Amino acid sequence: MSNVVVPTTLDEALALLAADPQLSPLAGGTDFMVEVNHGARRPVRVLALRAVAELRGWRRDGDVLVIGAGCTYVSMADPAFAVAAPALAQAARTIGSPQIRNVGTIGGNLATASPAGDTLPVLMALGARVEVASTEGTRTLAVDELITGVKRTVLHPAELITSVRIPVARGPQEFCKIGTRNAMVISAAGIAVVLDREAHTVGCGLGSVTAAPVRATDAETFAAEAIDWSTLRAGAGTTERFGTLAADAATPIDDHRSTAAYRRHAIGVMARRALERCLS
Amino acid sequence: MSTQSYRLRVNGADHEVAEGWIGESLLDVLRDRLGLPGAKNACEEGECGSCSVLVDGVLSCACLVLAAAAIGTEITTVEGLGAEGALTDVQQAFIDAGAVQCGFCTPGLIVAIHDLLDQDASPERLVVEEALSGNLCRCTGYGRILEAVDLVAARRSAS
Amino acid sequence: MTDVATHRRTGAPRVGESAPRPDGVAKVQGRFAFSSDLFAENLLWGQTIRSPHAHARIIDIDIREALSLPGVHAVLTADDVPGELHYGLEHQDQPVLAADVVRYFGEPVALVAADHPETARRAAAAVVVSYEPLTPLVDSALAAQADPIHPDGNVLRTLTIRHGDLDATAAVVVEGTYEVGMQDQAFMGPESGMALPSADGGVELFVSTQWLHADRRQVAGCLGLPEDMVRITLAGVGGAFGAREDLSLHVHLCLLSQHTGRPVKMVYRRPESFVGHVHRHPARMWYRHHADTDGTLVKVEARLLLDGGAYASSSLAVIANATCFAAGPYRVPHADIEGTVVRTNNPPCGAMRGFGAVQSCFAHEAQMDKLAAALALDPVELRRRNALATGDTLVTGQVITGAAPVAEVIDACASHPLPDLAAVDEQPMMHRPGGAGRTADAHHVRRATGFALGFKNLLFSEGFDDYSSAVCRLENGAVTITCACAEVGQGFVTLAQQIAREELGIDEIVLAPAETATVGSAGSTSASRQSWMSGGAVQAACRAVRGRVLQQVARRRGVALDGLVLRDGIIESLDGSVRVDLADAVDGPIEETAEYHHRPTQPLDENGQGDAHVSFAFAAHRAVVDVDPELGLVRVHDMTTAQDVGRVLNPLQAIGQIEGGTAQGVGLAVMEELIVEDGIIKNRSFTDYLIPTTLDMPTVRIAALIEEPEPDAPFGAKGIGEPPTISSTPAIVAALRAATGLELTRVPVRPQDIALPRS
Repeated sequence: MSNVVVPTTLDEALALLAADPQLSPLAGGTDFMVEVNHGARRPVRVLALRAVAELRGWRRDGDVLVIGAGCTYVSMADPAFAVAAPALAQAARTIGSPQIRNVGTIGGNLATASPAGDTLPVLMALGARVEVASTEGTRTLAVDELITGVKRTVLHPAELITSVRIPVARGPQEFCKIGTRNAMVISAAGIAVVLDREAHTVGCGLGSVTAAPVRATDAETFAAEAIDWSTLRAGAGTTERFGTLAADAATPIDDHRSTAAYRRHAIGVMARRALERCLS
Repeated sequence: MSTQSYRLRVNGADHEVAEGWIGESLLDVLRDRLGLPGAKNACEEGECGSCSVLVDGVLSCACLVLAAAAIGTEITTVEGLGAEGALTDVQQAFIDAGAVQCGFCTPGLIVAIHDLLDQDASPERLVVEEALSGNLCRCTGYGRILEAVDLVAARRSAS
Repeated sequence: MTDVATHRRTGAPRVGESAPRPDGVAKVQGRFAFSSDLFAENLLWGQTIRSPHAHARIIDIDIREALSLPGVHAVLTADDVPGELHYGLEHQDQPVLAADVVRYFGEPVALVAADHPETARRAAAAVVVSYEPLTPLVDSALAAQADPIHPDGNVLRTLTIRHGDLDATAAVVVEGTYEVGMQDQAFMGPESGMALPSADGGVELFVSTQWLHADRRQVAGCLGLPEDMVRITLAGVGGAFGAREDLSLHVHLCLLSQHTGRPVKMVYRRPESFVGHVHRHPARMWYRHHADTDGTLVKVEARLLLDGGAYASSSLAVIANATCFAAGPYRVPHADIEGTVVRTNNPPCGAMRGFGAVQSCFAHEAQMDKLAAALALDPVELRRRNALATGDTLVTGQVITGAAPVAEVIDACASHPLPDLAAVDEQPMMHRPGGAGRTADAHHVRRATGFALGFKNLLFSEGFDDYSSAVCRLENGAVTITCACAEVGQGFVTLAQQIAREELGIDEIVLAPAETATVGSAGSTSASRQSWMSGGAVQAACRAVRGRVLQQVARRRGVALDGLVLRDGIIESLDGSVRVDLADAVDGPIEETAEYHHRPTQPLDENGQGDAHVSFAFAAHRAVVDVDPELGLVRVHDMTTAQDVGRVLNPLQAIGQIEGGTAQGVGLAVMEELIVEDGIIKNRSFTDYLIPTTLDMPTVRIAALIEEPEPDAPFGAKGIGEPPTISSTPAIVAALRAATGLELTRVPVRPQDIALPRS
C-alpha cells in the first residue's frame, strides 16, 4: 500500500481512515507541515484531502451557509462570501500570509484547535455547527463541543470534519484582532461581534484569551437587551459596558506574545469598538 | 522511516523521487533531490515566503507542501519562470530597481510578484503591500522591491 | 596594433554611478549558490545536539544508541576535538563543544553526521546527555557580585571615561534610565555550509561568514592544523548584520568531515539559528545631563550595563562603542561615563549593525528630548546648538579631524517637508495601527513626529590594524580582482568592479572567489568598513598595476613616465606620440597585491582618553508615527533621513543600505525582541520573532546625502551601512512620546507599555 494516499471522494477517504489507524489526515498543511518540519510530528502514512471534491468550497443553503472543511481562507475572503459572512471574511483575511491563506482551510483551523485560531471566535459568535463524519455515520457539534482545550478535540481517529454551517448574516458583524505587526501575525487577542437583527441576538466570541473557545455570554445578553433593534442604536454607556463584560469572560495568560493584563484590556477595547461599528 | 516513491511535475518536466521519506516537504525535495535550490529555506513554517512556488497556479510555501502528496500537480519554481536563461520582466526590474541585496528572499518575491501581476496588471500600492506581506526581506526595507513592482507594471502597460 | 576605438569603454558604470550588481542575474533567477545550496557526491548531513538548560553540569553523554542507528556515521563530543578546545573572536573562551558545563540555552554539546537530514535529527535525539541543572545567572545587574560562571570571571570589561571637570554642573539637570531589549539580526539565510576533506589531510570549508581569515585562524586552532591546511571559501551569504562574525558551525562541520572522511553539510533550521548566533546586547542605562539655560551641554554622566551573555564574542569592542559614543554627537566639555559588559547565562551577545552605538543612542536622544522639554526649547534646535563639527573634541579627548557635517545633517532632515499630519482619516485601515487586525478607526489614532541624531565610528578602533588585501591581475586585456571581502548583500562586489573600472578604464572586471588560499585577509564585513578598507585595497592594487603598465610603455616607447596618462583604458602621452590600448600595452600578465591600512589608532587610557577611532559618520531621522494609545498599537507612517556619507559611490546601493538599515531600526522600536526567561529564548521562530513586513514599513524619504569628502578615505567615501540603524529607533520612540505623553524608556515599545503604562 502507498504511504501517501490522495482520494477523490469523501467515502473513499473515510474508508481509508477507518481501515488504518496510523493514517494522518492532511488538509492545507499549514499546521501539519510545521510540526513535521520541526520534528514534532513524524507521519507514518498520510491521507491528503486536497482532491476530495465534497470538502471544497462553500454554498448557500437558504439561510445557512455551508462551508466545506477544505474551503480555503482566500475563498472566504471572496466578496461574495463576505456578503453572507462578513466577520468570517474579515477573520480569514487576517490569517497568516497570502501563501497561507491560499492553502489553509477552515477544517484545519478547527482540527488544529489552537486558541489563536482566527476563525474560531467568529464561529463561536455565530453558533456554528460542525459536521463530522466517519464510516459509522455523521454527527454535528458546536465548536466548543468539538474543541475542549489547547490543541484538543473530541475527534476520533477515524473521523473527519466535513463542513461547517453558519447562519447567513442578518445584521452587522465585526472581527478584530491584536498583533504587534500589521500583517502576518498570530493573534494575541481576538474578538468577533455578530448582531442578528431578526432574532435580536448578539454573539460575541473571544480568541487567544481562553484555552478552549468561549462566548462572552453575559456581554451578549446585556447587549441584546440594551440595543434598540428597530434603529440599531443603544443608550450611552452600552458599548462601554459590553466591553467590560466581554473582558470579564477572558481568562488569558502571560506568555511570550503578550500579557494577561493587556489581553484582557484589549478584549474590552475591541469589544467596545466592534459593537460601536455594528451600531453606527 | 516511512518512504514512498513518486513522480512530481516541476517546471513542465517529470521528476522521479525514489524512496523519499514521506515527511519531506516539497521544499526539501526540490532542493535536495531535484537540484532546484531556487526556493529558499528560511523558516520552514510559512512565515517568510522565501520558498514561494506555484502549485497548480496557486502561490504556496513549498515548505508547507508534503511533497509526496503533490503528485498530479503542476509545480512552478523560480527556475521555471523565464524562457531558458532569459530574464522575466520582474527579474529585470529587480536588477534595475536595486531590489536585490543578499538575494535570499529574492526568488520567493519574484514568484509572488509574478503571481500578483498575473492577477492584477497595475495594482494599487496597498494591494502590492498586502500581496507581498508574506515575503520577509531583512536587507532592503522593501523600498526598492516596491519600486521594482511599479517598474514592471509601468513597462507592461507601456508595451 | 589594434584600432583603439574597438576597445573604448562602452560605458559600464564607474564610481559614483548606479552600477548593477554582478551577482544580480544569478540571484533573481535562483541560481546564486547560497551556503545552504551546496551539494557534493557522497554527502553526509550534520546535526548539533544542544543544551536544553541555561546553566548545567554535564554528568554523562551516552552516544551508543545514536551511533548504532542505521545511516549514522559519526557522533562526536568534546573528547573528539583535536586542537584548541575553545575559540573566540577577541577572547578565546567559548568551547567548541561543551565538556563539563553548559552556560547558555542552546550551547553545542555533541555532533552527529548521517546520510539523511532526518536520520541525523533522529540520531541527535537519541544522544542521551545527563545534566545536573545549576541556577542560571540571568540578571546582568547581579553578575559582577555573583559567583563566576566561567573561569575568566563575570565582568568582561569596564570602560571609564573621565573628561574635563567631573564636578561640573549647570542650571538644568535631567536624569533618566533606559533599557534596550535583545534584538536579533534575523538574516534570512540560516547558518549553513559544507566541509570536505582534502588530499593533504586538511579541510575545505564553504561557509557563509563575515571574515574568512579570522574564521581560518580559529578553525585551524581547534582542528590542530596549520592555517594553510584549512582552506575557507565564501559561500553565498543570505544576510549577516553582525551575526556571522563569530563562528557557528564552522569547526563542527570540519570535525565531522575530518572524522568521516566525507563531505558534510549542515543547515540550521530557524529555531536553531536563533540560538546559533550572537544577538544585540540588551542594555540598562542611567543618564544625567547638565546644561546651561541656553541649552549648551555642560556635562553628561552615564552608567551603561550591557548583558554579554555566556561568552565574550565581541563584547569588549561593543562596550567600547556604547561608552565612547554615549554622549551622542554633541560637544560635551565634561563627562563621567562608565560602561560595563558582564557575563551571564543568557544567550551570548556580540555584533549587530550599529554595534553598541544603537543602545546608547536610544538613551542619549531620549535625554536630549527631556532636556529640550526642561528648557522649553525646540528639540531640533537643542541638537543644532550642541552639534559636533570638525575640530571639536569628543569625550574621549579625540579631536575630530575628518568631515563632521552634523549641522547639515540636522538641517536637511528637519527641514524636509512633513507629510500631512492631519491625514489619518484618509488612511486605509490596513495602514493604521493594528493593520490587518482591523482594530483602529481613524478617530482612535494620534499622529506625532520625533527627531533623533546618531553617530558611530567607522572601521575598527583602539589600536586594531584591520587591514585589507587585494590582488589585481591584468591579462590579455582583462582584469581580475581577488579580495577576501565577504559579500553579505551589501554590494561590495559591485563597488570593487566600479573601483577597478575607475582606476584602469576597463569595463570587464572579473571578481575571483573570496577565499583564504589566494589572498590575504580583508578584515571583517562589519563596522561600515569594507567600502573604505577593501575598496582602498582594490584601488591600491589597481593603481599598482597601472603604474607597472605605464612604466613598461614608457620604457618601450622611450617616453617619460610622467608624460603618460591612462584614461578610459587608453594610454596616451601628453605629446600625442603614444596612444595605445591598455590591453595591448604590455606583454604577459601583470599582477599586483596591495595591503591597505587605515591610519593607526591608540588604545584608550585609564580615563578613557585617546585617539581611538579613525573616522565617524552621522545620521538623523525624523519619524512620523500613528499610534492607537488605547490599544498601544503603532504604525510608523513616515521616516525621513539625512546622512553624512562622504561621497556616494553607488546611489542605488546607498539608498538600499539606508532603507534597509532604517527598517531594522523600525523593528527595534516597535516589535523586535528575543524574549528570554531564565535564560531560555521563548520566541525562536519567525512566527514569534517579528520583523517588519511590507505593511509595516513606511516609505523612507532621503532628504539628503551630505557629501563632504572624508580626507583619509578612498574617494572620500564613508561607510553607510550602520548609521541608518542608529538614529531611526530613537526618532520613532520620540514620536511615540509626543503622541502619548508617556516616558517610554524601553525598546521595543510593547502595546502594554502604551496601553497600560502603570502595569
